[in-house]
Amino acid sequence: MSASAVHSLWTTAADPIDKIGAPKIEYGQLSPTLIVIGAAVVGVLVEAFVPRKFRYYVQLFLSVVALAAAFAAVVGLAARGFGTTKAQIAAMGAIAVDGPALFLQGTILLAGLVAIFTFAERRLDPLAHGNRVDSFVAQAGAVPGSEGEQAATKAGFTTTEVFPLALFAIGGMLVFPAANDLLTLFIALEVFSLPLYLLCALARRKRLMSQEAAVKYFLLGAFASAFTLFGIALLYGYAGSVSYATIADVVEGNVSTVDPALAETMGNDALLLIGVAMVVMGLLFKVGAVPFHMWTPDVYQGAPTPVTGFMAAATKVAAFGALLRLLYVVLPGLRWDWRPVMWGIAIITMLGGAIVAITQTDIKRLLAYSSIAHAGFILAGVIATTPDGVSSVLFYLAAYSFVTIGAFAVVTLVRDAGGEATHLSKWAGLGRRSPLVAAVFAVFLLAFAGIPLTSGFTGKFAVFKAAAEGGAGALVVVGVLSSAIAAFFYIRVIVLMFFSEPKADGPTVAVPSPLTMTAIGVGVAVTLVLGVAPQYFLDLAGQAGVFVR
Amino acid sequence: MENLIALLVAAPLLGAAVLLCGGRALDRAGHWLGTLLAAASFVVAVVLFADMLGKGAEERTLSQHLFSWLPVEGFQADVAFQLDQLSMTFVLLISGVGTLIHVYSIGYMEHDERRRRFFGYLNLFLAAMLLLVLADNYLLLYVGWEGVGLASYLLIGFWQHKPSAATAAKKAFLVNRVGDMGLSIAIMLMFTTFGTFAFGPVLEATGETSEGKLTAIGLMLLLAACGKSAQVPLQSWLGDAMEGPTPVSALIHAATMVTAGVYLIVRSGAIFNGAPEAQLVVTIVGAVTLLFGAIVGCAKDDIKKALAGSTMSQIGYMILAAGLGPIGYVFAIMHLVTHGFFKAGLFLGAGSVMHGMNDEVDMRKYGGLRKYMPVTFVTFGLGYLAIIGFPGLSGFFSKDKIIEAAFAKGGTEGWILGSVALLGAAITAYYMTRVMLLTFFGEKRWQPDAEGHAPHPHESPKTMTIPMIVLAFGSVFAGGFFGIGDRFLHWLEPVTGHKHGHSPLSAATVTGATVGVLLIGVALAYLQYGRGPVPVTAPRGSLLTRAARRDLLQDDFNHVVLVRGGEHLTRSLVYVDHTLVDGVVNGTAATMGGLSGRLRKLQNGYARSYAVSMFGGAAVLIAATLLMRAV
Repeated sequence: MSASAVHSLWTTAADPIDKIGAPKIEYGQLSPTLIVIGAAVVGVLVEAFVPRKFRYYVQLFLSVVALAAAFAAVVGLAARGFGTTKAQIAAMGAIAVDGPALFLQGTILLAGLVAIFTFAERRLDPLAHGNRVDSFVAQAGAVPGSEGEQAATKAGFTTTEVFPLALFAIGGMLVFPAANDLLTLFIALEVFSLPLYLLCALARRKRLMSQEAAVKYFLLGAFASAFTLFGIALLYGYAGSVSYATIADVVEGNVSTVDPALAETMGNDALLLIGVAMVVMGLLFKVGAVPFHMWTPDVYQGAPTPVTGFMAAATKVAAFGALLRLLYVVLPGLRWDWRPVMWGIAIITMLGGAIVAITQTDIKRLLAYSSIAHAGFILAGVIATTPDGVSSVLFYLAAYSFVTIGAFAVVTLVRDAGGEATHLSKWAGLGRRSPLVAAVFAVFLLAFAGIPLTSGFTGKFAVFKAAAEGGAGALVVVGVLSSAIAAFFYIRVIVLMFFSEPKADGPTVAVPSPLTMTAIGVGVAVTLVLGVAPQYFLDLAGQAGVFVR
Repeated sequence: MENLIALLVAAPLLGAAVLLCGGRALDRAGHWLGTLLAAASFVVAVVLFADMLGKGAEERTLSQHLFSWLPVEGFQADVAFQLDQLSMTFVLLISGVGTLIHVYSIGYMEHDERRRRFFGYLNLFLAAMLLLVLADNYLLLYVGWEGVGLASYLLIGFWQHKPSAATAAKKAFLVNRVGDMGLSIAIMLMFTTFGTFAFGPVLEATGETSEGKLTAIGLMLLLAACGKSAQVPLQSWLGDAMEGPTPVSALIHAATMVTAGVYLIVRSGAIFNGAPEAQLVVTIVGAVTLLFGAIVGCAKDDIKKALAGSTMSQIGYMILAAGLGPIGYVFAIMHLVTHGFFKAGLFLGAGSVMHGMNDEVDMRKYGGLRKYMPVTFVTFGLGYLAIIGFPGLSGFFSKDKIIEAAFAKGGTEGWILGSVALLGAAITAYYMTRVMLLTFFGEKRWQPDAEGHAPHPHESPKTMTIPMIVLAFGSVFAGGFFGIGDRFLHWLEPVTGHKHGHSPLSAATVTGATVGVLLIGVALAYLQYGRGPVPVTAPRGSLLTRAARRDLLQDDFNHVVLVRGGEHLTRSLVYVDHTLVDGVVNGTAATMGGLSGRLRKLQNGYARSYAVSMFGGAAVLIAATLLMRAV
């Protein structure tokens, strides 16, 4: 779709306009996004103008400050009541500022901040020609194994572009759950997806695998985007608008006037249903629900591990936020149509993720399938269609994202000569060799498995409770059974770490810098706090559970 | 005055705590401390008794609320005591006989190096038993009930180095658990029926409760009573419990603890009054047990086991009386008290004989001991006369009343129960005469013990004989004191209620019959054991004798029915667990593993396959969404 076509859609979506006035933008309410995007743009300029040897420090500083400032802005907005009483639609109806949006933005910003720490880790890889290096390739454009690459490595290059890329992605993610019309949704989707495709390709080790992952992700992502976009077009045909509120009104039959240009299509339920299915499919692709999940294991495995952690956490938060808003704001009148279908998706996602994970031998692929199963659990909360359902999903996402980043950060520590030792057989006996690291990983695994006193249990309980009260009892039964299956492979890793003999040529555990330690520490702290004393955060999620319309 | 009640329990409890927690430093004086605290409890009991006598019959009930034990909404359990005439009777018996037996044990356990611990256990028993009879609600009673069970277990197995003692303790504990289940179920039923466990509200509410519920509660209470009081079908532990030191047999397994079942039934009289079916079962259990115990008592050559059979039989009388309802409650308790005196005396006498005979228990190896142990002979003889119901002694008054009440039950039942009670009296006379003749009369049949020491029978020390003498006084006079002028009846009536039964036979006829059967029993025993020499090894005997020696095959029955049955049941359950349950579990795991292996092949690494999967998924998603609307 060309830019002019988009523009015409945009303008016809609004009321007839005599003259184009300046749009009214509430900069204050949009400040979190603006800060992050602005920092990303500055980051690009830094790449262009700052000498190479300072770039890492400048970029790291810029990213951390931007994310912290954006988080402070979110907290400020929430404190001023934008999450509850003053929730409203900003930017000419394009972006919602309400409880779920602010909660998810805060989660994304914190998860992003922690992820940036793991991006910046430079002590794990051995020195390359006397230079400290991180997980990213020396020069993205160099052909793997080529002389150019060796030269770049020798020169001590590092890809500091990952910081602005990550900031762009975070910026898109901030908009995604807040998007209040379909075009904003789509643009946000692309804004955070494109940097992620790039980031996936930037692994320093196993570069071919990394590039393969990026290409697959890009191809399949583009494929899914096409579905989304076509779905958006159909919905526009149905409602004569891309605005969530207007579509919802048409769905509920509150609109009597029909746009003469769209007289033949408006109110045609086939368009609505097909459009909804296609848009939802695009979002399900992003959250990694079966059968749109197949990219997940390959991409999670191939991408640089810090990127995997970031993706697994933040993408999921953003995509579930968007899905929630779409289903709760646009389609509540249609819930008798989409609920049974989502039931099916949730069930096969929970079971599929859990079952296939059983036979995985690579820790990153294992965690990928685990994330698929978790997507299924979260879907169970989405299906509840109650305020409790929303807040349980918000809580689950917050809990899950920190566990995920922490777990992938631990994966970066376990290394052998070829880089990270991700094959499970190499993790045998890790508990004897490095009890602390193994214990921390065990905490994360227990949280994934949903064992009480971890955040995983609280989240799962909240989601299942909401689902059961929302009339999805059978779904809860399937969820609990899947949890039992999933517990098998989580516990198996623990058994492997603590009750197997270490191998003679086993991996070593690298001692990370305070950056990764912080990431892991935050993960453990959040896991335990949300597991032992979750009430404050449950209340917070409970207050944030109402969408503005 | 009511504030003294807690002291009754507290004194022995303190003794138990000090003696069991204190170290060897207490070894030298520990037994005196234990005896002193038991005596203190008795003194408090006497003070309270004197106070009670000074009041009118209606004002005699005292209560003391110590604290709220489980103050839960809708579930109030208090630690509170209630002292009325029934409790008072028990308190006097328990602390009185208990103190005497403490004194006796000083001599009996003189050479045992764990004597301090023994006194600790005895004190623990006293505290628990007093708690049992003083509790003002069933839940607290249950605490005492379990406490005496624990003390009994510890004391039966006191000589735990003997495998037989350890086994006997275990057996007593296990069999008692069956009865305890009955009590706990009864308490649960009470709570669901009445919403409380306190005696007062529960017993008052029985009038408005359906007979079915009362019968259920009553039968569960009876099960509990059967366990603690060794009644058929839970009687098998009492004989083996004689492995414990003899003072224990006297105190716990003759005079006090085994009568807890009688207390429970009499205390719950209102429940049984409303459940005639349950009452009938109670009388049947009592009648069966009184014959069972008596028959077993006839065949045993072990003096303590013969007395144990007798205990079982006598408690059968009490249970029978308790099952008769208001016409029998008072007599059940009266027989309980007189029995406490003479049976404790008999056991102490048996202990004294064993003490003098190198711990030999086989009566066939006694003989002619009356010259060597005159005090023991006289006190044991008085106990003997009392238990067989010799006119004028304790047992005569109490047993006669029970037989009379049994006939007064009326109808065929009355005739059957009365006849059984009479028959029991005859057998009692027979086996007790046998014990008496084998032990104290005839020629000496003494045998050297395992180490070759020939016995040198001698009278026991003063600490042992004085309690025997005191108990002998009780054996002689208690019955007359209680019975003449219906003194005991008037004392207990306000608590238990009383109704005069109309016996088809006159009181004089019953008394005459009782004395008649008594003489027949004595004569038969004399003919068999008094005239000629008694073989040292028991003759083979008739089928019944051999069965009775094996406790009428009680253990064989339990083994075949319960142990084998249980083993078969568990084996089948294990089989089901291994094949079915494990099969399902392992099968599920294998299925999941196989499924996983197959599903992961879908993940072939080709982006085109993934795209097809997505496309198919999208198609299904769209189709399903449309289909939902169509449906």
